[in-house]
Amino acid sequence: MIAIVEYDAGNVRSVINALKRCGVAEYSLTSDPSTLASSEKVILPGVGDASVALSSLRAIGLDAVIVGLTQPVLGICVGMQAMCSWTEEGGAAGLGIFDTPVKRFCLEDPSLKVPHMGWNTVSDLLSPLFAGFDSDPFVYYVHSFYAPVCPDTIGVTVHGIPFSAALRKDNFYGTQFHPEKSGKAGERILKNFLAL
Amino acid sequence: MVAKRIIPCLDVKDGKTVKGINFLGLKEVGDPVELGAYYSAQGADELVYLDISATIEGRNTFTGLVRSISERIDIPFTVGGGISSLRDAGRLLEAGADKVTVNSAALRNPSLIDEIAGHFGSQFVVVAIDARTVSGEGILPGRDAAEASYGSARWVAMVDGGRTPTDRELFEWASEAESRGAGEIMFTSMDHDGTKCGYPVETFARLCSSLTIPVIASGGAGSAEDIARVLTEGKADAALAASIFHYGETTIPQLKERLASYGITVRL
Repeated sequence: MIAIVEYDAGNVRSVINALKRCGVAEYSLTSDPSTLASSEKVILPGVGDASVALSSLRAIGLDAVIVGLTQPVLGICVGMQAMCSWTEEGGAAGLGIFDTPVKRFCLEDPSLKVPHMGWNTVSDLLSPLFAGFDSDPFVYYVHSFYAPVCPDTIGVTVHGIPFSAALRKDNFYGTQFHPEKSGKAGERILKNFLAL
Repeated sequence: MVAKRIIPCLDVKDGKTVKGINFLGLKEVGDPVELGAYYSAQGADELVYLDISATIEGRNTFTGLVRSISERIDIPFTVGGGISSLRDAGRLLEAGADKVTVNSAALRNPSLIDEIAGHFGSQFVVVAIDARTVSGEGILPGRDAAEASYGSARWVAMVDGGRTPTDRELFEWASEAESRGAGEIMFTSMDHDGTKCGYPVETFARLCSSLTIPVIASGGAGSAEDIARVLTEGKADAALAASIFHYGETTIPQLKERLASYGITVRL
């Protein structure tokens, strides 16, 4: 069974729909620690403000639960940012799984928009999460904060500066992009995660 | 580099796609889910569904439709038409929409933008602006508009589907929308909409330079060249089009290859 962490962090319907399109029959939207611990895989979604997402996780005591998980865990967008050490958004401490802060885009080129919104390529693919791509895939982004390239980086995207498209530390994975909204490329990435 | 987006727009009335549509091999042309899936498979970067139903029954049908779209479509989609409250936006978010557009309701009640952005995030709010130029004597006729110089024109935001002028000016209103939390601006020139004679490129360039959020160009595309110009000289981040796709004048792959040949980054 695939568990999707239920906390107050925006819309999870698109993640559930994407799992269904990947052929996932059993899933659970849950905030129950024992259900999370016993699931094959855990997805931590998130849209909106990362500091708000972190407060919500802490309010229901899931911060320590997530850090203690041993199966593959995928954080998406703000879910990934919450798994970093700190975020400039609201100045909140993160879960500290990925050893990097999250910063706001501060770009010199005025033609580059913030939020970084739309389709961009991922290069330097370094993980089974990106198995099966012959060329750098286009994936869908919408975010104003980013994790810089660091030792946990497993994919790089450039928006004025290079940043972490995806991160990995042991059993923990995170994507700044939205695989559930990234067409066929996103579906492959989700299927790769489900196959871990 | 982030790709320029190509966004087909589908008008929906009482749960069915409207406008004449001429596709070879597509049986369910009236089915918004099938049509969206077709565009998505063709390489559309996002989809916009505009509800033009005039009745409460039509609106309710649309919400159910949004749920079906969300189950089927694996690219982002925006919905709009008649969204006038936080509750409307929440209902569509719950149904699976990635973004909503607000237009007349935001002009009448600008704090609607703050409310929706505050609850659901800026990425969820696209502020659509329909505007037209006014000269000292009144509104310029649409036919002359494409030829006119827009460097110093005054653009007035319109409500009620572009029929009623307001006292708000385009650039000032777009900046206010951005500061209130809009995630994107979708600008339609009512002077150009439906004319197929191109976009007011200078106006787009000025608008895009004055904002930090992305701008979607809408209304007026007659050819791939028009779209190329608004994405380069006009500095727009995305182009929304309806009729050139619906009537089969060009396909999305043809358009994107053409744009790529001009050196524009697109997702192929």
